[in-house]
Amino acid sequence: MAIVQVRTFARYAELLGDPVGVEIELPTTVANLIVALRRMPGGDRLPNQPLVAVDHAVAGTAAVVSLGSSVALLPPLAGG
Amino acid sequence: MTTAPFLTNRPLVASELERDLATPADGAVVSFAGVVRDHHEGRTVVGIEYSAYAEMAEQVIAAIVLETEARWSVRVGLRHRVGALAIGDIAVVVTATAAHRDAAFAACRHLIDEVKARVPIWKHERYADGTTAWVDPTAPGGVSR
Repeated sequence: MAIVQVRTFARYAELLGDPVGVEIELPTTVANLIVALRRMPGGDRLPNQPLVAVDHAVAGTAAVVSLGSSVALLPPLAGG
Repeated sequence: MTTAPFLTNRPLVASELERDLATPADGAVVSFAGVVRDHHEGRTVVGIEYSAYAEMAEQVIAAIVLETEARWSVRVGLRHRVGALAIGDIAVVVTATAAHRDAAFAACRHLIDEVKARVPIWKHERYADGTTAWVDPTAPGGVSR
């Protein structure tokens, strides 16, 4: 098992803290990481499929998270 | 094109981008400024705090700038504020300069639309009644519950 440090922002940072450490076996998928995040305190208020970025790019649920990946949980974007 | 950093905590002025971008070959200069307004979904807004995932936001904006310049024959610039803004402050400014207006208008519209759709930036609104909320364009009422 490893600890993945997930950056969170805006409302998700209020729910989970920033960063949030997720204990999970690596490599894994974004889908598995979301499941683990939803089990954490405050995670039950996340949507079923929140937006996730891996290495600064939006990643689908099948994307791989490896040791050293930069992972972020992104609330609905609201720039402009 | 203007270069990174595209995010700034300094006040924005559209004319600065226009001055930096325009060349003697440009017959059209089109800018759009997004301004903090005093209302949202029927509530009175008194200020907005902008925050960003800066590392990713800079990369995404750079990609949008490059793809816009490649699609139209234009030079484009973009700046987006972070931090606390008051009513009337400019939150984002985009500028496109080109030989002719059609390309400049199209590029400017593309820039602001792509920024809103793809750049990891968030707004925390403060209301006149003392409450706050995160803006969520996907949620009923436009804010997170």
